[in-house]
Amino acid sequence: MKSVTVIGASLAGLYAARALRAQGYDGRLTIVGAEPHRPYDRPPLSKEFLTAPATADGDADPAAEGPLALTDAEELAGLDAEWILGTRATALDTRHRAVRLDTGRTLTTDGIVLATGAAPRRLPGPAPDGSHTLRTLDDARALRADLARGGPARVVVIGGGFIGAEVAASCAALGHRVAVVEAAPLPLVPQLGESMAELCARLHGDHGVALLTGTGVRGLRAGGDGRVTAVELADGRLLSADVVVTGIGVRPATDWLEGSGLPLGDGVRCDAGCVTPIPAIVAAGDVAHVAGARAEHWTSATEQAATAVHNLLAGRTARTHRALPYFWSDQYGVRIQFAGRRRPGDVPRIVEGSPDDRSFLARYERDGRTTALLALNRPRPFMRLRRELAHPSPAPTG
Amino acid sequence: MIPVCHLADLPAGESVRLDTTPPIAVFNADGELYAIDDTCTHQDASLADGWLEGCLVECPLHAASFDLRTGAPTCLPARRPVRTHPVTVEDGMVYVHRTAEEDTAA
Repeated sequence: MKSVTVIGASLAGLYAARALRAQGYDGRLTIVGAEPHRPYDRPPLSKEFLTAPATADGDADPAAEGPLALTDAEELAGLDAEWILGTRATALDTRHRAVRLDTGRTLTTDGIVLATGAAPRRLPGPAPDGSHTLRTLDDARALRADLARGGPARVVVIGGGFIGAEVAASCAALGHRVAVVEAAPLPLVPQLGESMAELCARLHGDHGVALLTGTGVRGLRAGGDGRVTAVELADGRLLSADVVVTGIGVRPATDWLEGSGLPLGDGVRCDAGCVTPIPAIVAAGDVAHVAGARAEHWTSATEQAATAVHNLLAGRTARTHRALPYFWSDQYGVRIQFAGRRRPGDVPRIVEGSPDDRSFLARYERDGRTTALLALNRPRPFMRLRRELAHPSPAPTG
Repeated sequence: MIPVCHLADLPAGESVRLDTTPPIAVFNADGELYAIDDTCTHQDASLADGWLEGCLVECPLHAASFDLRTGAPTCLPARRPVRTHPVTVEDGMVYVHRTAEEDTAA
């Protein structure tokens, strides 16, 4: 293989490029990114990035330098890649392994890594000024600027998942009045199950953030100046709002692959080795639907990239990806960590600490076996058990 | 010189976090004492909560790993080193001698 194109210049794309070089690939490497920025880390965007005081060099690109940057000049030199940033891939010709870009250029290479990530779902209808989604650095900058416009704002967060909860916590920390609207009777139930989700949902109330559950959103109201004034709920209630943040999930960015012949459906369909039906085309990160499931986690993106590249270079699925799922969230000063594969019906049992202190470790169990772990502010025992769950000690013999 | 704790209170495999600015983590790695800046250089996490294996500590959040002897990251996602600080034991008490800010390796 003499030339590889990585489509996507965020976490998975960068880790794919790193893995290529680390695994000895010395051919031509091209990385295409829709955003103008160098690869940066997204998790801080809903947290530290929103709440950090403005710096003197606030105009500098934090994706190039500073805490968000995922790479530096030295590494970039070592990767020896051609970076095509601020440019979208618009079509893929699988037969010729040719990627068409929105600049009109076409890249034809031996191998392709698909790492285009996902885009936030949006509410139907127009999006007035003051309404935001939060996915990219530019999204976060726009929200940050809006939150800094004046005194305390009325912030309505639509969606009580991890992004919504983190944004709500950040806005509350900044002194804004915050309400979270969640369509389900309780947020995070699919991820954590009912009893643990309930413990996490209590964090909102602890910090003066209103949580309105069991109601959808009909739409946003705007004033004559085009700025949002209120959120209209499905039950007819109106919530006054100066700023609205919508965090209702993402859609994998596969639109540009329509008509390519690759199997799509909630992402690019791959086998357990992140390989599409065409061995020279692999996928990693949020866009990849690997062996029947799609993960939107930081750790999955980095691990899948290494697996995908290994198989790309091997020309076949030589290695499969079955890492233990892991994700974390920081809300209201509480670090939530989760690992494992929880299924509905698994019973969580608190084995250490207390929900009253917002510090505990819980095991989810099924048939006497641990299937998953949840910790609030218990990083050390969590990590210990996470390692055990990922690498179970061999059963005693004899 | 910052008093940490009695040596007896820091058995092998354990760590202590000092609420200094910035915080410092002190480790007993199989009998050798080490002190480093506590916060992972990748993202805000306490290395005192990390997984200690030999002279390496693994960040509890994203599994970045640091060499306690040098402060150098041994794997991604961390790319910048943490500062190291000398540790001494006098009359059964552990002390950290904080390295000045200017001494930080670039």
